[in-house]
Amino acid sequence: MRARWRRTSDGKAAEDRFRAADADPARLVARHSRQPRRQIETAKHGLLLIYPDVSFADRISAIQDYAAIGDCRSVGLVSRQGSLDWLCWPRMDSGSIFAAIVDRFRGGHWSITPQGDFRSEQHYIPGSNVLQTLFASSGGRATLTDLMPVCGEDFKQTAVVPDRHLLRELQCTDGEMIFQMEFWPRPDYARRRVSMRSAGALGVRIDLGRGVGWLRSSAPLRVEADGATGQIRLRRGESLQCSLTYSEEAPAVLPPLGAGAHAAIDRSVQWWRGWLTGSQYRGPYRNEVERSLLALKLLAFAPSGAIAAAATTSLPERLHDSLNWDYRFCWLRDASLTVRALLGLGYVDEVESFVSWLLHSTRLTQPKLRVLYDLHGRMAPRETILEHLEGYRGSRPVRLGNSARDQFQLDTYGEVVEAAAQFAEHQGHLDRTAQKALIGFGRYVAKHWNQPDRGMWESRSGGKNHTHSRLMCWTALDRLLQLEKKGLIRGAPVHEFLLQRERIRHQIEERAWNPSLRSYAKTLDGEKVDANLLRIPWHGFERADSARMQATGRRILERLGAGEGLLFRYKREPEEGAFGACGFWAVEYLAMGGGTLEEAHALFRDQLRFASPVGLLSEEVDPETGDALGNIPQAFTHVGLISAALTLDEQERRRTERQKESRASGFGESAA
Amino acid sequence: MNWGSWLLWGFLATIALTTLSAGAQGAGLTRMSFPDVLGLAVTPSRDKAKVYGFLLHFVLGLIYSLIYVGVFESLHMANWWVGALIGLAHALFVLIVVMKLLPSVHPRMASEHYGPTAKRVLEPPGVLALHYGVQTPLAVTVSHVAFGVILGAFYHLR
Repeated sequence: MRARWRRTSDGKAAEDRFRAADADPARLVARHSRQPRRQIETAKHGLLLIYPDVSFADRISAIQDYAAIGDCRSVGLVSRQGSLDWLCWPRMDSGSIFAAIVDRFRGGHWSITPQGDFRSEQHYIPGSNVLQTLFASSGGRATLTDLMPVCGEDFKQTAVVPDRHLLRELQCTDGEMIFQMEFWPRPDYARRRVSMRSAGALGVRIDLGRGVGWLRSSAPLRVEADGATGQIRLRRGESLQCSLTYSEEAPAVLPPLGAGAHAAIDRSVQWWRGWLTGSQYRGPYRNEVERSLLALKLLAFAPSGAIAAAATTSLPERLHDSLNWDYRFCWLRDASLTVRALLGLGYVDEVESFVSWLLHSTRLTQPKLRVLYDLHGRMAPRETILEHLEGYRGSRPVRLGNSARDQFQLDTYGEVVEAAAQFAEHQGHLDRTAQKALIGFGRYVAKHWNQPDRGMWESRSGGKNHTHSRLMCWTALDRLLQLEKKGLIRGAPVHEFLLQRERIRHQIEERAWNPSLRSYAKTLDGEKVDANLLRIPWHGFERADSARMQATGRRILERLGAGEGLLFRYKREPEEGAFGACGFWAVEYLAMGGGTLEEAHALFRDQLRFASPVGLLSEEVDPETGDALGNIPQAFTHVGLISAALTLDEQERRRTERQKESRASGFGESAA
Repeated sequence: MNWGSWLLWGFLATIALTTLSAGAQGAGLTRMSFPDVLGLAVTPSRDKAKVYGFLLHFVLGLIYSLIYVGVFESLHMANWWVGALIGLAHALFVLIVVMKLLPSVHPRMASEHYGPTAKRVLEPPGVLALHYGVQTPLAVTVSHVAFGVILGAFYHLR
């Protein structure tokens, strides 16, 4: 029973691929060498910090070489070298415990890494967010399994489970290997002093400020005041288990290792797989869609229903530059695509939670909407800079909070109304409070749509008349009118909405269309294009095969194409990475009539090539190197993938139906 | 013994004790929660444990207040400082004796000597319940002294 998931074909295939790489040097994924050495430094802010290992500094992985684990409340990132370099507890927007990804020396990490030369590869146990890192060296092979255990409510009625729990199991599968474990927690982005002490049979107690952590290991560790290390020699069949638990408000729970840990792994795999069985997608991109769905579930904050934009802060959009943002909040901008993705795959409960969160969290500011909210629906924190952190590969600054919280963006109204409308149409009803809120948004849009705003890309250089914002205002009023027509909302000022909707349309058609550019422009009367204009057909403003959209699509692909199917969101000097979601929007545009379905499929496959080895997507891609840029995993990119896959599927079905009808009518005619 | 006065002020003193304990927990001063620990002794479900624990804590509060009232009656005096002294003694008893015995009697609490098992997974409180935060002794003492002060100040001797 315990080994059920180990025998799955995909897991076996990954193991086989990994073994095959030994025989083919060209396929070696990575070689690493370590020379353990430690230095002590007094940091500027007065704390005595230990540089864990200088060689570690050279091994901060590329962004795409991190895989995410989580429990629908918090997310950790594990590198291909087996190092947990990012973990914020108890929530994904809490202070960090490990943050080596944004400061290789000060940030703190928990690594379990082979000594000497080795190579490694990662994959998820199929259908789950349980991660496996396969190590191989000249002496042997081993598998490191990382997860935050999850379980159903039924199990929680029968057993006491920790508030937060991270489990690591290292199993030697062949030969003999020596591993070095380094456990250097640095709470609150290394701003808080850590204190550790051995508590005998209970494990190692870690005072993390507001909360307490307990580290337990099946192998003896050398415990110091601020960290623990260990050298573990494993022979074939032997294993090491470690667990880290955290508690902030109640006595901690210390789950036992051994059989209990194995059971927790199996239970977690089964839980993820059980959740995934709800997916109704049966198209050709099932693996990619399911991985995106699982990534999205990692970013969902179960207690409130919010979905974070990403799990990290300040992974750079441009290396060695300052385009580093904190994305651990919920952006209303992502709402309609998120609902479209989840609803399209059949996850009605998740959509209900998310839409409820949208309407509930915005209640205090209605009818005004903020750009983003924290995971509990409160105002996101002010933006601050962590001066003492060096940033990912020197990309400073590292930011906490996000200044976009104070921006004025009109597109959010369209996104929220569109999201609620999709859900209402699916459910066939909308409660009175929600109706009132949506009508309030509509009234606000009808009054303010003609104002300049920061736009969906949150420009920090002042407001402009963004075409996309106008489009979303049109969408808000259009959806409300449709809901009213279907009897799903009552009491909307229909005449006012109709009048303003037509005024917006008129303005877009007159002033956003640039005849000399032969394209819709990024701003009214503007000269530049923006990839978000590819969303025009999706929102139903204009057909993708219209002359204007055909010309706009051509111009966008020509001016913003970054090569190999990638798209910049807009032109910027110096250039940033290609924007992941925009590539998927182009796929949808082509599939909806902007091109052929074959072109859309080809472009979709191009986008998939830039997923990480475990299938995760970040915000952007470096067109030169193909490396991931920006925060990871990024919900907006993953919902873009799912939405594009759904659109391809829908368009394929429509084409099949058309062909059937055409054959039927042809047959009828010939028979006649 | 003034039963009516005991019932009223025992009830209100227990409310104050519970509120102060929960407040200290919510403010991050301590992770000690008597209702949680008591409730988890009867059920592994955290949600149910909170409810059962709260009820149990309430009953225990009334029983303890009976002892306080007994002391008042035997001394023929009831005032805030006598109540505070009994509350202090009560807190010391809880911190020194009850916390030490707890891992032995609580069915879901891990032992410091043997570590956690499949059933016994709760972190033990340690000396003076310091495992639950360095300010736990202070929080426990303040809440119990407040319990005694309320009873001593408002209980009417027969």
